[in-house]
Amino acid sequence: MTPASFDYLSPASLEEALGLLKEHGDDAKILAGGQSLIPLMKLRFTSFPYVIDVSRIKELKYIRKEGRKLTIGALTTTAELEESGEVRDEFQIIHDACSNIADPLVRNMGTVGGNLSHGDPGNDLPAVMIALKARFNLQSASGKRSVSAGDYYKDTFTTDASPEEMLVSVEIEIPDGRFGAAYVKHKRRAGDFSVAGVAVAFSLDGSGRLGSAGVGLTSLGPTPLRSAGAEKALEGSKPDGEGVKKAVEAARADSNPSSDFYGSREYKLFVLGKIMEKCVAEAAGRAQKEGSA
Amino acid sequence: MSKINITVEINGQKKSAEVEGRMLLVHFIRESAGLTGTHVGCDSTNCGACAVLLDGRAVKSCTVLAAQANGRKVVTVESLSDGGKLHPIQSAFLERHGLQCGYCTPGMLMSAYWLLSRNPSPTEEEIRKGIAGNLCRCTGYQGIVDSVKLAAERMKEAK
Repeated sequence: MTPASFDYLSPASLEEALGLLKEHGDDAKILAGGQSLIPLMKLRFTSFPYVIDVSRIKELKYIRKEGRKLTIGALTTTAELEESGEVRDEFQIIHDACSNIADPLVRNMGTVGGNLSHGDPGNDLPAVMIALKARFNLQSASGKRSVSAGDYYKDTFTTDASPEEMLVSVEIEIPDGRFGAAYVKHKRRAGDFSVAGVAVAFSLDGSGRLGSAGVGLTSLGPTPLRSAGAEKALEGSKPDGEGVKKAVEAARADSNPSSDFYGSREYKLFVLGKIMEKCVAEAAGRAQKEGSA
Repeated sequence: MSKINITVEINGQKKSAEVEGRMLLVHFIRESAGLTGTHVGCDSTNCGACAVLLDGRAVKSCTVLAAQANGRKVVTVESLSDGGKLHPIQSAFLERHGLQCGYCTPGMLMSAYWLLSRNPSPTEEEIRKGIAGNLCRCTGYQGIVDSVKLAAERMKEAK
């Protein structure tokens, strides 16, 4: 299988890439690692007159940690993020997700920006970024703006980014004090997309109750989802109390999975409940250890 | 659609060609460079039979454009043996039944090679996770895992 013909463009800098996006607009597609895009192009599910390979833009390959703030360049590979000691020690939820994306060969090519911007509801990093209330920094030839992860996903394979814009970095800041976060993915086989995935992040106060919470869901609707209902149910509750059951019900109400190869709608909603309980317990355990997510 | 000139260093040798943007790396390796050890298995990013190293990391060459490898280094299964002498990973696969039909083997060898280059003493779990991107429909994987273990021991002894 071979993709339909296209003109291959390979900008060396961000400025050059943004210029090409402005010039070609809707006729161009950004290729980062290509691990989702190339299979779709090979199957001829999609084609573009121009493909802009941004993988040579070195300035967008970095992981920067300053205190409790983490900034990730969009062209960092998911393997590089998985291998980062700082990420593993202090942002375990990101490690949970990265070590579960497809398989090691795919992670060696696939990028953080690609995983987040492809807009596939089955991709793992979006739910994590939604739970962590991350900011996505977008850039075009005419300017910069930032959008919250929870507002980025508009429809299947459709994000808030315009054809001239590119995701350039992701910023995460976790609050001071006790904070815990985890991502649990349930899959049928090694390398699969999930049946369902749940990301939860929250602060824990002195009495052991949950403060501000974030909940992101994978494979449970047409886009990666934020469950505002589950967040509200968790806030003020104990990590092992009734609040978690209410959060499961709220997350089910916010979900809308379709039956497919990975499972029936009913099964996915059942799995959601099981892994959300597990995910909250895991995050609560991590919150006991100050200074990590 | 315009063609582009690319140069890829494959197993230490520079190979230049004029290619279409849509050409896949695995076809560049097999057809332009004539190195047919790298197999096309599923051709859909599942099986890993096409695994090669790109700038030192194992990737699925059916899911990389040849143009993406322009100016970069590729290592294929042909580079493992030294003249007629098998690499310790290859001889371990031979001894521990790491293959039956052999179709997945080039990719398995490259994933094992990459795994052992980063982690010379992997646990069984690390081996299984390391080859998670490679499918084998014959062996049930146990022979492959045993082969990688044996190769790791021999490569450590040789150092």
